[in-house]
Amino acid sequence: MSAPILAVEDLHVRFATPRGEVHAVRGVSFDVGRERVGIVGESGSGKTMTGRSILRLSPRNAQVSAKRMEFAGEDLLAASERRIRAIRGRRISMVLQDPKFSLNPVMRVGAQVAEAYTALRKGSKAEARERALDMLAQVRIRDPKRVYGLYPHEVSGGMGQRIMIAMMLIPEPELLIADEPTSALDVTVRMQVLAILDDLVTKRGLGLVFISHDLNLVATFCDRVLVMYAGRIVESCRASELADAEHPYTRGLLASAPRLDAPRERLAVLDRDPAWLGAAT
Amino acid sequence: MSALLAIDDLAVEFGEGKTRMRAVDGVTLAVAEGESYGLVGESGCGKSTILRAISGLNKGWTGSMRVQGESLQGRRTPAMHRQVQMVFQDPYGSLHPRHTVDTILGEPIAIHGLDDANGRIVRALDQVGLGRAFRFRFPHQLSGGQRQRVAIARALLLEPRLLLLDEPTSALDVSIQSEVLNLLADLRRERSLTYLFVSHDLAVVAHMCSRVGVMRAGKLVEETTVAALRAGEAEHPYTRRFVEASAGYDRGMARAFADLEEEERATP
Repeated sequence: MSAPILAVEDLHVRFATPRGEVHAVRGVSFDVGRERVGIVGESGSGKTMTGRSILRLSPRNAQVSAKRMEFAGEDLLAASERRIRAIRGRRISMVLQDPKFSLNPVMRVGAQVAEAYTALRKGSKAEARERALDMLAQVRIRDPKRVYGLYPHEVSGGMGQRIMIAMMLIPEPELLIADEPTSALDVTVRMQVLAILDDLVTKRGLGLVFISHDLNLVATFCDRVLVMYAGRIVESCRASELADAEHPYTRGLLASAPRLDAPRERLAVLDRDPAWLGAAT
Repeated sequence: MSALLAIDDLAVEFGEGKTRMRAVDGVTLAVAEGESYGLVGESGCGKSTILRAISGLNKGWTGSMRVQGESLQGRRTPAMHRQVQMVFQDPYGSLHPRHTVDTILGEPIAIHGLDDANGRIVRALDQVGLGRAFRFRFPHQLSGGQRQRVAIARALLLEPRLLLLDEPTSALDVSIQSEVLNLLADLRRERSLTYLFVSHDLAVVAHMCSRVGVMRAGKLVEETTVAALRAGEAEHPYTRRFVEASAGYDRGMARAFADLEEEERATP
């Protein structure tokens, strides 16, 4: 692993609610280098909150604390709001799950990609358009000129997600946080979106945090996997070694998923051990 | 083997004039009594539309559909409706948010004028492993898995022969999915039900079904057995691609897909 771009140590996210405090993320530590790091977990495990708190995008009532949270040597915890704005979108980008809700429905998609360029750099409209077209081609959209003039409702889900990725990549970030970027996509389209992300990591040296609920996908796509349960990382291993995972929760998840290549008479049902909520491994 | 459900040349169209589109285009399939048949395909391929047409939610279809030899064309009798019940994808949207589980389950009993509502509701809850404690709760007091159990209980109340399952677990976490799939497998065995199971997840369909129909753009491109799929014996290139993509990420495969699409574009 190369020198980490992002270092997170002992991250906590708490919410004050009328029914008492909810401790959503409980002491999460990890590093991300120029590699694909997968964070897997079920709904409510804290994986999304972990991703969002890196960019200070957590809800207002969330209290985020950590021993250390550094991006390329810069302390993200101490950084001013102004400083964070300079990093967010420029050096760290985020791709969300569903392009349907992330694109502006009344603006042509090309203009949205171009806007991502002009928002960060000075440049003429023509230049922004040029860059946007170039970016759309890079995420393998055939005929970018035609797509440039379409509205979000005129593009398919896979195309929409590629447009989102183009928009996030136009500032050439060093780190990309992708929160379930392919969950709303069909399997064959998913493959192509993943290939684009894959190329960015291997060719441009991007760091990728890939948040997903799909253990199998993460095992085949990422370099390293962090498994989260109830706000903690219960397992951290190389993706290729996920099948030999040790934590009973990871093993339980693997056993409860039906598989095409290995038929099972009956699916295992996960028995949640209250002890998993305690000591982090 | 007698076919419980026989569909012949089914077509469903939406829209008028220029915007007219064929969501289901000449699908023929038969599901035998006691069989579990899977329909797989990507979004928009028409798999759910078929289920909705069978259940009577989509009118205006052409072709022929028969359940136990009785045509579904024209007005259906309550008895015909009882034979076929459906479980929907989204357990958050398919239960009335301001009705208790008791009211939700009582509705089909009242509509069909059945006796012993109390006994039926209690038995239905037991069957899906929820127990009586859940009877007077509201949907928001239940987890996604529990809600889907309520939806299954509601479908089973009328003692159907054919259960239409529209992505019953895709809104659930893997560990909850396994519980619901096990429940569905048990119920089918105990009550010798017939399933028509729609999913975009090949692994789920392979686990639940013995035969599979693969759909694309409204057409049934291939019918095969799960055993053949597992052995890699799918014939249609689209099915093969679907199987490969379901296995996980592979760099070489992603490139091959892009090339294939290019080819398809070139030969309309």
